[in-house]
Amino acid sequence: MHEFRVQVGPAAFRIGSAWRAPIDQLAHLYRDYPQPDFTDFTVRLEPTTWLRRWLRPSVAIGGDYMLPDAAPLPLAQGLLAAEMAMNLQMALGWRRHLLLHASAVERDGRVLVMTGQSGSGKSTLSALLGSEGWRFLGDEFVLLDPVTGNVVPFPRLISLKNEAIAAMQSAQPDARFGPLLAGTPKGDIRHVVPPADAIAQMGQGGAPALLLFPRYGYPGAVREVAPGETFMRLTQASTNYVALGEAGFITLTRFVKSVPSRAIDYQSGDEAIALVEKLWERLA
Amino acid sequence: MSRDAMLLVDALRDPATTRGLDAQGWTELLSMARAEQLVGTLAERLKIESVPPKVAEILAEARINADYQHRSALWEADCARRALAGYGGKVVLLKGTAYVASGLKAGEGRSIGDLDILVARDDLSQVEEALLDSGWEWVKPDPYDDAYYRDHMHELPPLIHKERDRMIDVHHTILPLTARRRPDAVAMLGRSKPLPFRGGVGAGPVSVAQGLTSPTPDPSPEGEGRLHTLAPTDMVCHSAAHLFADGDLAGGLRNLWDIHCLLSEFSTPDFWPSLGERANLHQLSEPVERAVRLAHQLYGTQIPQEWAGWDRQDKWYVARLTARDGWGRPTRQFIRLIFYIRSHWLRMPLLMLARHLWVKWRKG
Amino acid sequence: MANPKTLYQAEPADARIVEPLDMMTLIYQRRSGITHMVGEPVPQMLEAMGEDAVDAATLAARLAVSFDLGGQDDAVTLITERLEELAELGLVERVTDA
Repeated sequence: MHEFRVQVGPAAFRIGSAWRAPIDQLAHLYRDYPQPDFTDFTVRLEPTTWLRRWLRPSVAIGGDYMLPDAAPLPLAQGLLAAEMAMNLQMALGWRRHLLLHASAVERDGRVLVMTGQSGSGKSTLSALLGSEGWRFLGDEFVLLDPVTGNVVPFPRLISLKNEAIAAMQSAQPDARFGPLLAGTPKGDIRHVVPPADAIAQMGQGGAPALLLFPRYGYPGAVREVAPGETFMRLTQASTNYVALGEAGFITLTRFVKSVPSRAIDYQSGDEAIALVEKLWERLA
Repeated sequence: MSRDAMLLVDALRDPATTRGLDAQGWTELLSMARAEQLVGTLAERLKIESVPPKVAEILAEARINADYQHRSALWEADCARRALAGYGGKVVLLKGTAYVASGLKAGEGRSIGDLDILVARDDLSQVEEALLDSGWEWVKPDPYDDAYYRDHMHELPPLIHKERDRMIDVHHTILPLTARRRPDAVAMLGRSKPLPFRGGVGAGPVSVAQGLTSPTPDPSPEGEGRLHTLAPTDMVCHSAAHLFADGDLAGGLRNLWDIHCLLSEFSTPDFWPSLGERANLHQLSEPVERAVRLAHQLYGTQIPQEWAGWDRQDKWYVARLTARDGWGRPTRQFIRLIFYIRSHWLRMPLLMLARHLWVKWRKG
Repeated sequence: MANPKTLYQAEPADARIVEPLDMMTLIYQRRSGITHMVGEPVPQMLEAMGEDAVDAATLAARLAVSFDLGGQDDAVTLITERLEELAELGLVERVTDA
C-alpha cells in the first residue's frame, strides 16, 4: 500500500492506495496541510479484483466506513475516489460535531453557512467568497460544536464541477488546481486548493451568524425561512443528527433559534455575492 | 504490516496490552476494531486505561455511536412489543438487543443492527399480520425470495418499518430448516424468561441502560405482555449456533466476544453441566464446545477442565477469525474461501444451494 | 381500537425536551431519540396528562379549564383520535382496555 496522511480541520486521515498516482496527487494538493501521526479514519483505494490492478485498473472505495454498493471508479479518477472516501468517513463515522452538508465562510469571527441540494451552488459560492475578502471554512461539511455552538472549519480541497471550473480559474488564476477529471459520474470535476489563510487558520472557528439556502438558475429573489422549516431542512442535511441524540437536538435547536435564515435565488456569481453582502450587512 | 487481528483480540482480552502501542499501532488497532464491528466494545474495555488524547476522542465517539444503537434497538423492541400487545404468545428478543435489554456485559458497547425476535412457529402468520398492521412491510416483494425464505430459512422474509426504516427478523427457530442440526425451538421458548419489567413509558429500574422500563407495577407476574429473553444456557447455544452457522464466520470475533461475556457472567458450578445437556438437546454440542474452546483460547474465558482441550481443526478457526490486517483489510483469502464454502454446506444441502444460485444468476 | 374508556399514560415530563418553534413544537423523546414535530394541541395535551393514567373524557375536562373546547362530545372524539396517534408514536401508552 502506498500511503499518505493528512489533517483537515479536526479530522485526520490515513489514505492507502494500491497505486502510486492518487497518492502523489494528494501529496501535491495537500502539501500545505499538517501530516499527523494519529489518524481518525483509514481510507483504502484497492483494485476490485487482483487483475484490476493492472488491467483497466478500477478503484474500489474502501475504509473504516463503507457503503456496500459504492461503485468503483477508473484509476484516472483515483483522486476523486480518495476524496469521496474521505467524505464518506466523515458522513458515516464523525460524531464529535453535528455535521451539516453545507459550505461556510467567515468574516470578523462570524460565520455564513450555506446549504442546499447539489447544484444549488453552495460550493462554488463559498469558493468565490473565499477570494472576495472572506475566509473559506469548507465547501462540503459544516461542523457545529455541541458545546460552544460554533462552526469548526473543515477546509478540504474544493471540488469544482463543470462550468464552475472555468469561473474559478478566472477568479483565482494563481490557485493550485488538481488534474481535470473528465466524465465522472458527476460530470467534469477539478479540485482546487483552498486559499492559504483557510489552511493556516483551520483550527479557528467562529459563531454562526447567517444561514442561506442558495438556489442557482432562478431570477434573483430573497425569501424568509421560518424556523420550523429551517429545522426540518437541516435535519435532512445532517448525516449524524439522529446518532448524536440529545446533543444533536440541543445543538440544532440552538442554531435554528439564534441564526437568521433566508432562501436566495440567483443567476450569476456576481449577483449572488452582491445579495450575500447585502443580507450580511442587514442581518448578521 | 505483518499484524493480524490478534492485536485486537489481545486488547479486548487484556486492555493493558495497549500500553505499549505507538501511533501506528493504535491506528491499526482501531481500523481492525471498526472492520470487526468491535470498536464500541473496545471503547468499553479501554475505559479504565489511560490512552493518548487522540485515541480518547475516537473512543468517545464510539461510545456515542453505541449509545445511539442501543437506544434505537431498545426502542425498536418496544415498538414491536406494542405492535404485538394483542398477541398472547411469548416474544423472545435475540442477540444484541437481548443482551442490552437484560443489562448483560455482552451488550456493553456492542454494535446492533436489525431487531431479531423468536416466536412459536404456529403463530407466525398471526405475528406477521400484527406487524403488517403496525407499519412494517416486506423488504423484498420478490416471490422467489419470499418462497425461499418461507420454505428453507428459519425466519420470515425480513420486514422493514416504513417510517422508522428499521428491519425486524422474525424467527421461529434459530437455524435454517435446511441445516443438519435441529435446535429445539419449542424448548427454547418454553424456558425463556420475561424481562424484569413490563416495558412501556417512563423510567424504571434499568434506566441507566435506557432499558425497556416502566414505573407501573407489573400486574401479571407470569410476564404477560412483557418481552422475553432466552434462558442463559439457551442464550449460549444460540450464540454458538449463530457464530458458526451465519455466513462465513463474518463478524466472528464479535460473536465470539458475546460468547466470552455470556460464559463469564453465567459461570457457576451448576451452569456448565446444564449447558452441556442443553447443547445436546439442541443438537449443538459440537458448535457449543468449539465456541467454548475458542473463547478460552482467544479471550481467556475461564472454563472448567472438562471443557478445555483442543481439536485439530481449531487452529483453522483461529486463523480465520483473526484474518485481518492493519489496514482493516480481510486477509488469508484461501482460508476465508474454505469457510465460505463450508458455511453454505452447513446451511443447506448442495443441490438446493445450486438451485438457489442458479435462480439468482438468471435473474441477474 | 379507539374505545373512549381506554386509559392513556404519558411519559414523565423529564422523558422529553419540548422546544416551541414558531407555528410548531419540537418534542425530543429521550428514550427513542426521535424528534417529533407537532402542532397544537399536542403539547397542551401532554402537559395536562401529567403522569396519570387518564381517559379521553378526563383529559377533555382538564383541557376545558384552560381552553374553549366547544362541544364536549366532539372534543372527546377529537382527543381520542389524537391520543391514538400519540400511542402509535409511543409518546403515550394505552394502559388498559376497559
